[in-house]
Amino acid sequence: MTWIDIGALEDIPRRGARVLRTAQGCVAVFRTADDRVFALDDRCPHRGGPLSEGIVHGDAVTCPLHGLVIGLADGRARDAEGGKVETYPARIEGGRILIDAARLLPEGRAA
Amino acid sequence: MPPESEICGCNGVCKGTILAAIAGGATDLGTVRARTKASTSCGSCTGLVEQLLAHSLGDAFRKPASRPVCGCTELAHEDVRRLIRARGLKSMPAVMQELGWKTSCGCATCRPALNFYLLAEWPETYRDDPQSRFVNERNHANIQKDGTYSVVPRMWGGMTTPQELRAIADAAEKYQVPAVKVTGGQRIDLLGVRKEDLPRIWADLNAAGLVSGHAYGKALRTVKTCVGSDFCRFGTQDSTGLGIRLERRLWGAWTPHKVKLAVSGCPRNCAEATCKDVGIVCVESGYEIGVGGAAGMDVKATERLAKVATEDEAVEIVVAFVQLYRESANYLDRPYKWLAKVGLDWVRAQVVEDRDSRAALVARFDRAQAIFQKDPWAERTAPEARAAFTPLAHLAAEAAE
Repeated sequence: MTWIDIGALEDIPRRGARVLRTAQGCVAVFRTADDRVFALDDRCPHRGGPLSEGIVHGDAVTCPLHGLVIGLADGRARDAEGGKVETYPARIEGGRILIDAARLLPEGRAA
Repeated sequence: MPPESEICGCNGVCKGTILAAIAGGATDLGTVRARTKASTSCGSCTGLVEQLLAHSLGDAFRKPASRPVCGCTELAHEDVRRLIRARGLKSMPAVMQELGWKTSCGCATCRPALNFYLLAEWPETYRDDPQSRFVNERNHANIQKDGTYSVVPRMWGGMTTPQELRAIADAAEKYQVPAVKVTGGQRIDLLGVRKEDLPRIWADLNAAGLVSGHAYGKALRTVKTCVGSDFCRFGTQDSTGLGIRLERRLWGAWTPHKVKLAVSGCPRNCAEATCKDVGIVCVESGYEIGVGGAAGMDVKATERLAKVATEDEAVEIVVAFVQLYRESANYLDRPYKWLAKVGLDWVRAQVVEDRDSRAALVARFDRAQAIFQKDPWAERTAPEARAAFTPLAHLAAEAAE
């Protein structure tokens, strides 16, 4: 695992998200009401909507474009077709957000 | 109707798919929605889906008398509003706890509704919750299918100046706006602006005196006007002047759904006032105020609320009408839907006939406006506010450090 500090927990509002730009595309970093963090690809499996702009409720987010509900922990859509987005391990340490960037760094950069 | 006929036009769901879901055990609207996606976008086919349920299941299907707000509660919108008022519930956690919400922090359906009800009920004390607002109201711009935004400056009563047009043109070039469009509400729409550019383009537009047009909000959108007696040989009154006056009074107010107005200077009705939420048609003897028009999913002509002799009285009645709508309508009901529930006579009694009631409504509206009538763009152009519009980090750069 390649843990990288990407910012302070306080930089993300509770029940909100911010975007992490990576060489592999944007990752949405969510903070729940009870201060857990999750990192998912910022692309809804339905039509590519930016999940980081959705309304966060419990441990799910509703896509802002057409309302698909995605579980933050497993990245799975909670509907019949059950599409899925990639998730990345994330944790909080001393008020900082760390993300496992093993799959996100540019080729050859991974520690 | 054959099985292949389309019921849900938004998601392309046909009758056969819905019937198969019902046969497979989807015996209520919510389950049919979850399994087929029918009726989950604009909602205009909900009645058809319910007919299919009723037809397939017979007595086994009972259409709920009043629909709950969402899966988090059994309560309908009307109950929630009444209880917020009666029990003096002043925050979202208080509502959810006191009214027995089944989820820990609501969902994307109930939270925007509760946020509106609370700020409409307690304008002085409730703190708006951006995380309970749909993306467009949180970011004060309309999200587009590719994740970019559209920016619409306010043009009071649809009037503009060469200076404003120059500032808009400069901004469009500076931020490489891919499309510039004239809207149906007499505004200019800059489409395809990147999120991180929003505070900068707002600052540039602000510098030219332009403010947010709230084209993204459940709020006063536009007051469309014709040129009226200033230029038109048929104009009976100053329709542009009245439109500007109404827009200056009403802008910034949050409402249950979007609100569009128009003022026409004569019965030729060039501003198309008779299909607006509130439409005024000027005549020689005064002002005909119509309400409850629609020209979207439903098309409906306005109904006459009042005919008055002076511009002052027309403004007071429109303000009182909008306040009563704010206080009484369900979230996401346009005025025509609300009027169908409460009745035009009930509204007319409070807004037109009972002058004390009218004055009280106007006073409550103005009290709320003292708080909400602020340009949201200007509040977000300072460097510290801009941060929220930028990425948290760039991973490639971080790793290289």
